[in-house]
Amino acid sequence: MDNMTPVLEVKNISKDFFGNQVLKNINFSMEKGEILGLVGENGAGKSTLMKILFGMNEIAETGGYGGSFFLDGKEAKFTSPFDALDAGIGMVHQEFSLLPDFTTTENIVLNREDRKKSSVLSDIFGNRLDTIDRKAMEKNAIEAINKLGVDLDEDMLVSQMPVGHKEFTEISRELSRVGMKLLILDEPTAVLTESEAETLLMTMKKLSRGGISIIFITHRLHEIMEVCDKILVMRDGVIVSNLDKDKTSIPEITKAMVGREVKGGEGNKEGRDIEKLPDVMKIEHLWVNMPGEIVRDFSISVKKGEILGIGGLAGQGKLGIPNGIMGLYPAGGKVTFEDKEVKLNNPDWCIKNGLAFVSEDRRGVGLLLDESLEWNVTFTAMQAQNKYLKPILGGLIKWRDQKAIEEATNKYIKELQIKCTSSKQKAKALSGGNQQKVCLAKAFALEPKLLFVSEPTRGIDVGAKALVLEALKKANKENGTTIVMVSSELEELRSICDRIAIITDGKVEGILPASSSSEEFGALMISAGKALKKETEK
Amino acid sequence: MKGNLLSGKKAGTFLLNNMVPIMFIVIGGIGIVFSGFSGTAIMNEMMTRLSRNSFLVISLLIPIMAGMGLNFGMTLGAMAGQIGLIFITEWGIVGIPGMVLAAIISTPISILLGWWCGKILNLAKGREMVTSYIIGFFVNGIYQLVVLFMMGSIIPIKSEILLPRGYGIRNTVNLIGIRKCLDNLIPLKIAGVSIPLATFILIALLCVFILWFKKTKLGQDMRAVGQDMEVAREAGIKVEETRIISIIISTVLAGYGMIIYLQNMGTLNTYNSHNQIGMFSAAALLVGGASVDKANIRNVFLGVILFHLMFYVAPYAGKNLIGEAQLGEYFRVFVSYGVITLALVMYEMRKKREGREKGEMLAEAQKEAK
Repeated sequence: MDNMTPVLEVKNISKDFFGNQVLKNINFSMEKGEILGLVGENGAGKSTLMKILFGMNEIAETGGYGGSFFLDGKEAKFTSPFDALDAGIGMVHQEFSLLPDFTTTENIVLNREDRKKSSVLSDIFGNRLDTIDRKAMEKNAIEAINKLGVDLDEDMLVSQMPVGHKEFTEISRELSRVGMKLLILDEPTAVLTESEAETLLMTMKKLSRGGISIIFITHRLHEIMEVCDKILVMRDGVIVSNLDKDKTSIPEITKAMVGREVKGGEGNKEGRDIEKLPDVMKIEHLWVNMPGEIVRDFSISVKKGEILGIGGLAGQGKLGIPNGIMGLYPAGGKVTFEDKEVKLNNPDWCIKNGLAFVSEDRRGVGLLLDESLEWNVTFTAMQAQNKYLKPILGGLIKWRDQKAIEEATNKYIKELQIKCTSSKQKAKALSGGNQQKVCLAKAFALEPKLLFVSEPTRGIDVGAKALVLEALKKANKENGTTIVMVSSELEELRSICDRIAIITDGKVEGILPASSSSEEFGALMISAGKALKKETEK
Repeated sequence: MKGNLLSGKKAGTFLLNNMVPIMFIVIGGIGIVFSGFSGTAIMNEMMTRLSRNSFLVISLLIPIMAGMGLNFGMTLGAMAGQIGLIFITEWGIVGIPGMVLAAIISTPISILLGWWCGKILNLAKGREMVTSYIIGFFVNGIYQLVVLFMMGSIIPIKSEILLPRGYGIRNTVNLIGIRKCLDNLIPLKIAGVSIPLATFILIALLCVFILWFKKTKLGQDMRAVGQDMEVAREAGIKVEETRIISIIISTVLAGYGMIIYLQNMGTLNTYNSHNQIGMFSAAALLVGGASVDKANIRNVFLGVILFHLMFYVAPYAGKNLIGEAQLGEYFRVFVSYGVITLALVMYEMRKKREGREKGEMLAEAQKEAK
């Protein structure tokens, strides 16, 4: 064995999506049996990099990539994930790809079933008519499960399994392939319970001792510290640090992840005295079951007329807060808004009572992609508040008021500088930034008393970012709309919010005025990391 | 059993999942009482109907396995089978050789039609059932064009099955040459009930084929494709090809099934026989407790017995109760459509219920984690 050639060597990989650079000069290498931790905020380019390594069609369809990578010293040129599988790369995606009515065994050996000797019919009609050999299949599956070293029933149907077992089944499937040497795990612990995650980490160590290299993507830094040999931190498409586990600490990683120009960026120094303002919303012991963004016990009072920022590392639960209150994910606890108790799990109630939400999932939740801008802007207001409707026959029939719809849409197009051909253009034809502006217009059309905005600037260009933030500020100042803004961009929060709450592990870690320095916020997030580490050491 | 609550819940789900067969057992039971038929008469009729219809109903199983729902496109196979029968009648080939030849003629036509139907269904994923239903109507038009205008003019037909005008086949074709030739091949009579043994042997062979097919690589692939096309594709299974094959097999089997069906009937209604075959077969399967995504051989036999028992006794029961035999005829069409609608609604309801239960389980797990 030649121990000098690395299992994987990545040289100068870069990738742009139609001019939008998402990866620049990525260089790193991995040894046999090494576990490489890959961390970075959402949108840092981790998934794109993995898609390149795994030969996903999406990459070729969007113009391929620059640079090259080598497996065992040989340059890899994959045209489909099957090439990558043949070359010994296995990948476990965030979404399970398992068949619910198949057993563990059937899923593990899917399309690689052992066959018995061919029959007459298969001689005539081809080898797809060979009968499959269940005993041999089971043997192979058990072998893979044992390699993983977990307790998995090979006869259980996937639909009856707990989530953890599904994860293990997926990993076993990758392990059962011949010549498997590099395993990519994309946030495997996000859906697992604490104890399941522990088991997974243990099995990862076992696999690495067995000579399999692993790329481990996660938002949970203590897990990285527990199992990884090397840690790559990505930010904005570049590798900002390549750290050795023994010579680093969670604070250092966190700093590398969030710390873009730690010293730069002025905080919001308008210095409004929000302490005197009355409470408009009281949130007590909120829990939200949003996969990957679980809120555990969140309490805060929102003051009337303020802009409250909610920040924190990805996966800690900040996104779950607005999604839970607005009824998009199952939630519990007590939330009062203007002395009325908010009916949780009931979006209709929220909108009728003056709450509005601009979702981080623009294309899924935010927009009717196949409809015109007019519809997108006014639809919710029409549905929930009877706006833009003309009553006919004393309100017996409600007719759409096309003129009012057009007027309102054109007003917002002007105000928010939405670039479009007309108010009749379809929402899907707009660029990301302009789609985001439409989402905002939709929320403004409801004239909410309290507006939740979630990741308002994710994936949009600098110019649009400034406009979106400006529009939020203006709505706050001129209409007195209370705004709760959730964002991973600390600098952005600091620039427009009055105060910022940092969320860790689904709870408030601390609340600071926006004028505090980036270092203070950084410290909060880092102490979060420490707390987590302590917790796992216990 | 863990206490009464759990067993009560289990019984509840059992009732819910088997609602349709239970309903038909009750209807059939009432029908038998009021029809005034003797046990032997009913047994005789059931034997005939089982042998006549089972093969056709079994042809529906494989597309269900591949997740394509009820293949109403089986009418295509039925038409191919009828074309085979028209030719052997023209050529005057009788008995078992005639049936075999009809099957041989139908096979390439079925394969071609099935391949084409499968191609179209691949363009209409998720809407296979309604699409295949409409394809049936469309191909019926082509069938009429061929049988009504091309036979005799382009395709040489000379015997008395030709219309007097010189082209086109008569409305009814007498299949006297093959009438019951398979059913009576091995005569068997037990306690006054005649049993078409040879036909049943053929059906049994088909069942063995289906069971064996489930164990082949292709069968496994179909089950995988049926559960989740994307996952199957990621694993390297050729999803489109597999789906087309499932439709081809179904169409070919439906063609053979139609030949068996018509040898029992003894006459071919050239322009009508195939029309409602798809619907009646699907209804029979659903009555047997199958659903749009799950069906097995047990469903076939239970379904054929219950559905045709209702068919048989309802007119007489209707006559005896209300003095109106028409009621039975009305009832059978009404019930066929009703059963299909009910099965579709229940399928959607079950999917929703499962989704909701999953959500509740997640929320419970969350509470426990706290």
